[in-house]
Amino acid sequence: MTAAGLTVGVETAPPRRGGRPGRWRWYLVGAFVAFAVVALVRVFTGADDLTSRGTVAAALTAAVPIAMAGLGALWAERAGVVNIGLEGMMVLGTWGAGFAGYQWGPWAGVVFGLALGALGGLLHAIATVTFGVDHIISGVAINLLAPGAALFLSKQYFTDAPGGGQKQSPPLRDVPHITVPGISSWLRSLEEQHWWLVSDLAGVLGGLVTEVSLLTVIAALLLVGTLYVLWRTPFGLRLRACGEAPVAAESLGVNVYKYKYAAVIMSGALAGLGGAFLAISSSQFREGQTGGRGFIGLAAMIFGNWRPGGLAAGAGLFGYTDAMQLRGSDAVHALLLLLGIALLTLAVVQFRARRVTIAVTAAVLGVAFGGWYFVTDELPPELVGAAPYVVTLLVLALAAQRLRMPKADGQIYRRGEAG
Amino acid sequence: MKRLTPRAVALAVAAPVGALVFAALVCVVILLITGHSPADTVEAMISSAKRPRTSVIALNNATNYYLAAVAVAIGFRMNLFNIGVDGQYRLAAMLSAALAGASFMEGLPSFLRIAMTMIAAMLVGALWAGLAGFLKVTRGVSEVISTIMLNAIATALVAFLLNPRRLAILEGNDIRTPPITEGGWVPNIPYPGTNSEIHGLILVAALVGFLYWFVLARTRFGFELRATGLSESAAVASGVSVKKMVFLSMLLSGAVAGLVGMPELLGGAHAYSLNFPPGIGFIGIAVALLGRNHPLGIAFAAVLWGVLDASSNGLDVAGVPKEIVVIMQGVIVLSVVVAYELVRRYRVRLEQREVGRALGTTKPLEEVSA
Repeated sequence: MTAAGLTVGVETAPPRRGGRPGRWRWYLVGAFVAFAVVALVRVFTGADDLTSRGTVAAALTAAVPIAMAGLGALWAERAGVVNIGLEGMMVLGTWGAGFAGYQWGPWAGVVFGLALGALGGLLHAIATVTFGVDHIISGVAINLLAPGAALFLSKQYFTDAPGGGQKQSPPLRDVPHITVPGISSWLRSLEEQHWWLVSDLAGVLGGLVTEVSLLTVIAALLLVGTLYVLWRTPFGLRLRACGEAPVAAESLGVNVYKYKYAAVIMSGALAGLGGAFLAISSSQFREGQTGGRGFIGLAAMIFGNWRPGGLAAGAGLFGYTDAMQLRGSDAVHALLLLLGIALLTLAVVQFRARRVTIAVTAAVLGVAFGGWYFVTDELPPELVGAAPYVVTLLVLALAAQRLRMPKADGQIYRRGEAG
Repeated sequence: MKRLTPRAVALAVAAPVGALVFAALVCVVILLITGHSPADTVEAMISSAKRPRTSVIALNNATNYYLAAVAVAIGFRMNLFNIGVDGQYRLAAMLSAALAGASFMEGLPSFLRIAMTMIAAMLVGALWAGLAGFLKVTRGVSEVISTIMLNAIATALVAFLLNPRRLAILEGNDIRTPPITEGGWVPNIPYPGTNSEIHGLILVAALVGFLYWFVLARTRFGFELRATGLSESAAVASGVSVKKMVFLSMLLSGAVAGLVGMPELLGGAHAYSLNFPPGIGFIGIAVALLGRNHPLGIAFAAVLWGVLDASSNGLDVAGVPKEIVVIMQGVIVLSVVVAYELVRRYRVRLEQREVGRALGTTKPLEEVSA
């Protein structure tokens, strides 16, 4: 039972010819067209919450823990270690933030959550790298262990603390929030006009410059930093080489174990930071607070094709659906129409690439979701929580030939045992 | 067959025993650091374990864990990782509970009602796992990822269906599926000294364990399944259709997963509610690992897990957070897989030394490759 598993049915994309200059321009155009469609749907359905600044701000708050978990997954998998223990490491992060946060302030909570997450990563690294345990098994064990440990410690330290309880920490203070003065209020007046595209853009930008947590800023910097470190430095090149071809890296004198350790510890630290953000932004550690966000982070990374930019898009999308659950039901309902449009677009793309079966499947699903929108008046909120997972499954099922994970991802590497 | 020399036996038990001892040591250290007395903790657990009621709870827990572990082990034996047992059993228990509690079932004979409930659960479980199997064979989607996603989707589906407007009813503050009337219950086995009873479906768990052994060890299907797990390319070369095997074993694994909730549903709760025990699928992974996918090994591991869980209930009263037992279980899983790996390496080295001796050279592999 290896994480790599059976290879049956696997069809991977060829390595991409990197650095085509026009690529980013096309991504931007695509994103803009998609946004225009969202704005159109907003006008058509009257669901103003689709692009309101409140939604965007909530989506940003929801996206940060997902992005941090996804970034953690990216670091580990780029070095060839599958980390499904992210959920557990995140739980450790929430507890750490609660423990240090209520005593020494939010920043201590951040550091402590990060450190505990890193500790979880270290455990995963010891098991998978040093002892060559199957990555999935180690991750499952950490996911069993961490919530137990967090609850044990919570009962131990929070039960008698002022305002705390057996399953929750005393209240935590938040880190400072920043608003860009002037622009924020100007964007608000623009948003209230409800013009197509202009007001939508104002809503999104308004959400991005109003009351943004400093932790969110740090998360954004970490995302950019990861892109730089992993793709623009020798350290990153070697780290990714460990995930693509560890034996080749070894033959060039790279200490594969060291890089894998660094990557997995970093992975845990990022997950811990995501957990800390979760605890601090909801002013408390609570048992079960992560609610599977470690797994959503993993999904976001897969959705983003093991790339920081894609993972940010995935985290944004999933954070958006997460935020939608708390918003007006008409906005939630409009999501069905958006999903239908996205699937139909995919069907056209796949048809042009002559993948008829996939195109037809996507078209049928797209029509089904669109039809669902038109025959019902609301989408039950319980089902919205499933959206990230459904979307990821659809991406895996319908666009898998565009995905390419690191070649030696999940494989157990032993030094000096190259055939 | 391997020879049963004393050394082989010692090596086989070294890993699990070593892991248990290590986990116990870790817990002692944690207890000492957090200011609890390990001796008192053990005493509280033992005095709890002595109560007949605890034994019953332990056995009932073990039944659930055993079924979940067999479901996981079916996948493990052919290199498939069904993390989705958790979602499969919850969805299956919820839907079959709704079926079993439906009013049209009242008039049917008891045997038929129970059989229909269990078959429905197996079908739902198989369907949910089959989705992952289908995606694997047609699109190459890793079953690890798809079952993680399906677990979460199952959670959302159960929350959606467990609503008074859909399949559930509101009783006081409790939302549950319509309770199953007595004709749909499976009779329990009384246990001396307590009112608690052992779930009658423990026999079904035993039967599942026997079938698991029989199919794997004595049928062509089982041989092909194990062959695929040991070497996919060799299996393909000898004419095994790996795609068919993946799909079938996912279906089988899911069907067994569907049974996981049945002892509790038909012998205990008689309805699916928010209190239905969660997370058994993940415990099943741990139990299957500890039991090395062997039907008897899994049984030992399941009972151990059940006893640990049941006797931990006395700890909170004694002032020690009972999650120390969860920590212990987590450490057991991690250290047992590490221990298996270490024993495996030791065996390889031993074999190399013996081969070396037989061939007249004494250099072990490490020195040669270093």
